[in-house]
Amino acid sequence: MFAYILRRLLYAIPILIGVNLLTFALFFVVNTPDDMARLQLGAKHVTPDAIERWKVEHGYDKPLLLNAQATGSAQFTDTIFFQHSVAMFAFEFGKGDDGRNIGNEIRNRMGPSLAIALPVFVIGLLVNITFALLMVFFRSTYLDLWGVVLCVVLMSISGLFYIIAGQYFIAKLWNLLPISGFSGGIDGIRFILLPVLVGVVAGIGSGARWYRTIFLEEIGKDYVRTARAKGLSEVRVLFRHVLKNGMIPILTGAVVVLPLLFMGSLITESFFGIPGLGSYTIDAIQAQDFAVVRAMVFLGSFLYIVGLILTDISYSWVDPRVRLQ
Amino acid sequence: MVRIGAILLRIGLLGGGLTLLASCSGNWNDPYPDGDARADVVYSAFSERPKHLDPARSYSSNEVEFTGQIYEPPLQYHFLKRPYTLIPLTAETLPKPRFFDAAGRPLPDDAPSAAIAESVYEIRIRPGIRYQPHPAFARDEAGRYRYHALDAAAVADKTRITDFSQTGTRELVAADYVYQIKRLANPRLSSPIFGLMSEHIVGLKALGETLEKVAKARPDAVLDLNDFPLAGAEVVDRYTYRIHIKGKYPQFIYWLAMPFFAPVPWEAEAFYAQPGMADKNLTLDWQPVGTGPYYMAENDPNRRMVLKKNPYYHGETYPVEGDAEDRQAGLLADAGKPLPFVDEAVFSLEKETIPYWSKFLQGYYDSSGISSDSFDQAIQFSAAGSPQLTDSMRVKDIHLVTTVAASIWYVGFNMLDPVVGGLGEDRRTLRQAISIAFDYDEFISIFLNGRGIPAQGPIPPGLFGYVDGVAGLNPYVYAARGGKVVRRPIEVAKRLLAEAGYPNGRSDKTGAPLVLYFDTMASGPDAKSRLDWMKKQLDKLNVQLVVRGTDYNRFQDKMRKGNAQLFEWGWNADYPDPENFFFLLYGPNKKVATGGENAANYDNPEFNRLFERMKDMDNGPERQQVIDAMLGIVRRDAPWIFAYYPKSFGLTHGWVHNVKPNLMANNTLKYRRIDPALRAAKRAEWNHPVLWPIVLLAGGLVAVIAPAVIAWRRHERKVA
Repeated sequence: MFAYILRRLLYAIPILIGVNLLTFALFFVVNTPDDMARLQLGAKHVTPDAIERWKVEHGYDKPLLLNAQATGSAQFTDTIFFQHSVAMFAFEFGKGDDGRNIGNEIRNRMGPSLAIALPVFVIGLLVNITFALLMVFFRSTYLDLWGVVLCVVLMSISGLFYIIAGQYFIAKLWNLLPISGFSGGIDGIRFILLPVLVGVVAGIGSGARWYRTIFLEEIGKDYVRTARAKGLSEVRVLFRHVLKNGMIPILTGAVVVLPLLFMGSLITESFFGIPGLGSYTIDAIQAQDFAVVRAMVFLGSFLYIVGLILTDISYSWVDPRVRLQ
Repeated sequence: MVRIGAILLRIGLLGGGLTLLASCSGNWNDPYPDGDARADVVYSAFSERPKHLDPARSYSSNEVEFTGQIYEPPLQYHFLKRPYTLIPLTAETLPKPRFFDAAGRPLPDDAPSAAIAESVYEIRIRPGIRYQPHPAFARDEAGRYRYHALDAAAVADKTRITDFSQTGTRELVAADYVYQIKRLANPRLSSPIFGLMSEHIVGLKALGETLEKVAKARPDAVLDLNDFPLAGAEVVDRYTYRIHIKGKYPQFIYWLAMPFFAPVPWEAEAFYAQPGMADKNLTLDWQPVGTGPYYMAENDPNRRMVLKKNPYYHGETYPVEGDAEDRQAGLLADAGKPLPFVDEAVFSLEKETIPYWSKFLQGYYDSSGISSDSFDQAIQFSAAGSPQLTDSMRVKDIHLVTTVAASIWYVGFNMLDPVVGGLGEDRRTLRQAISIAFDYDEFISIFLNGRGIPAQGPIPPGLFGYVDGVAGLNPYVYAARGGKVVRRPIEVAKRLLAEAGYPNGRSDKTGAPLVLYFDTMASGPDAKSRLDWMKKQLDKLNVQLVVRGTDYNRFQDKMRKGNAQLFEWGWNADYPDPENFFFLLYGPNKKVATGGENAANYDNPEFNRLFERMKDMDNGPERQQVIDAMLGIVRRDAPWIFAYYPKSFGLTHGWVHNVKPNLMANNTLKYRRIDPALRAAKRAEWNHPVLWPIVLLAGGLVAVIAPAVIAWRRHERKVA
């Protein structure tokens, strides 16, 4: 397995280089270093001299990909792409155009993002699986029917509606929790309760329906009939046998997103005032801060690759037939 | 059934417990973890995190909101007086420039501008002013700086400025002001006003070039600005410094009221330049060091920023002068009392308007703007058309504060364009026709909820040169009727269009329809309705308007290259002088030729001549005459459609005192007073937790689960 993981990690290097190159090309198709300088320097009193100075100071005075005036390897190394990319592979993200250390910023923002995303993920998974199993348990009854209807209704509503409705009723009308804000430590719990509740409820519709489909497929298989023939109760059949065998498709969806939980959620964090990573990339795109955009895309790609590797590993754990070679 | 009964009992107990908890503790929805409503704290919010807090770099309003409270330039604006009046802050008196000719001989105050080679501003600051407590000033027993020789290892465990246990202070000296002026030329800071100031301050451009060479040669070395002299800024003695300005530049005095000219101690730069500091975001750009009434106690721009009262503040008293309206509004009730009033100001990041508005209504923010979403909830218009608060706001003792911004929005014609540009009579008439067709009175009513005033010229209200009412109307677009200003009818525009060679919107030479192009950065559903409105305005003249939407970069590029025909733009005053608006139309500032701020590329020699005269004049009847002449020219030439002066509406709670919008001053937090006891009482009254939904929810869950449990038991029995 170790060799497999190592191989997958080595495969990741060309993928990350490709992603980095693509990000670079897309960014500079839309923005030039002059545009970046103008946006950073503000709308007033910006002179051509000031733009040149900014570019020199931030390392954007070089050619983008190929330095025709240089000789030897410097043709490739003395470029914006090379100078701004190499350190990233050592997870040295440098500074944003606002002068703030990107690595520091990511470390500071990951915690708040996780404080929301992890409970939403874990509780959401538990609630969705439980709800799905209950619908399967009561399959072909009015409870199953209305459960599915409820799921369809829940998944038809925009995520933003849950946030606004949650804030309106729970925080504004009933004054039970703060509308927005964040705090570290034990006091922080009351700030994350509402976003977690909203996140879980917003995910029930699609999650529970998806898992119900998986379990219904499993419940018709021979081993379930055998389990029932052994005299096991329906609860035992469902929670011990069906759940275990339904884990592979669940893991496909769940484990791959696990590392990406660090990246946060833009809308949730924006509305609930969570100082997470959700809005970091969007803010950077708006501010044309290439250093941050590049770092966040790189990190997202890396975490996605890690998620895929973890999914493969988890397959081998839950299904003895799967072997990683 | 017994079990269900037990569950219900538990729910009842839980509800009772919650009720008890609600009655014992504070507000459950209080968003301030360690907040005390009774504390003398201002609670505010910011929607966009500031990019820079270095006084050499911060320029945006969301940045000077903080730097204005921390840094003290030599001058400030009087809080109450209108028109805006400069008064000393750290300076002893307002500096009066002395003029010299090319040979260095002194000239009289009324010397002609052409004879003046240099103006010298001598500023004497008050002794005894001290900096906020900061580790950069901390010294050990031997008198050496305690934290000026740190290595990366010593900084490794420091993440905040408060992690340095020792702090110190020192007296403000004139050299700190000179040091900051030099910082404007530091290429590593990219000060937004370096380009402008290098044209005015003697030697600043040369210093910038020198520093650039040194920075290039030694990219990792710290630039000690004390080693680089600047001819245009000299220290006279411990408390006096001089600034040398090329020629005459009377508007320079306004810059002395901005944080760009606030003092920066060299110790702070030396402290932050140490290895490892920048990696922890411990820089002067994020951790300011000033002499103002507040210092930055907490700086987490992703969550909240906290200003606390500077224990070493030199002291100042609330203004005693104001007009009758100020007295009536209670703005002189605190006259002569020591400033600042509040101990702390907490600014929370609030990106969305809905939670911001809700928290304001709950009393967790002391003041708020009014977004479009909540406008109808807050404001209604009287029969006379004046805005007033709705009953729901009045019940809460919320107050409305309105002011017209020192800004203008306009639609510019590219004067280099062959169709709409140029100073020929036909083009001028065409622009006048289009100016009439764009009914900005209607625009303000539809899209701004009345939050704007139709513009009559480039100068907004509140600035010298602005004339109110019928006397100040733009006669090419408006007319006086019954003592009121009314827009000229569309028939006048149609006649002018015909005179311009486009009868009924078609060229009288070729018969081709007149098609105009409007470049804009606006996009999205909101923008679509506005752009449709613009098209409809020209439909009235049978002229087609083609909207060319583009992004910010491409728009800027088009403007620089002069490829736009019509475009929308705005300007916010740097200082309260008409020069700061007229220079947007000054020929030598053309965007295409010089990259200047004259986006319309308007160049009228007569206007230019008058501008050069007006900018050096003192306010008075003579200057007003020149301004009137300039207004007459631009109104006739119509290089802009003068759209509107935006009007801002703000709300404050009844416990907030001394609120008077001051569009020029950025250090007004020190005047703000709070009644914390009233706030605490109101918060408690408005935020009592409502518990029945919890009980109802729990009961609902039981109602859903109980049949399921019963069904399950039946099912299990059946299987058995």
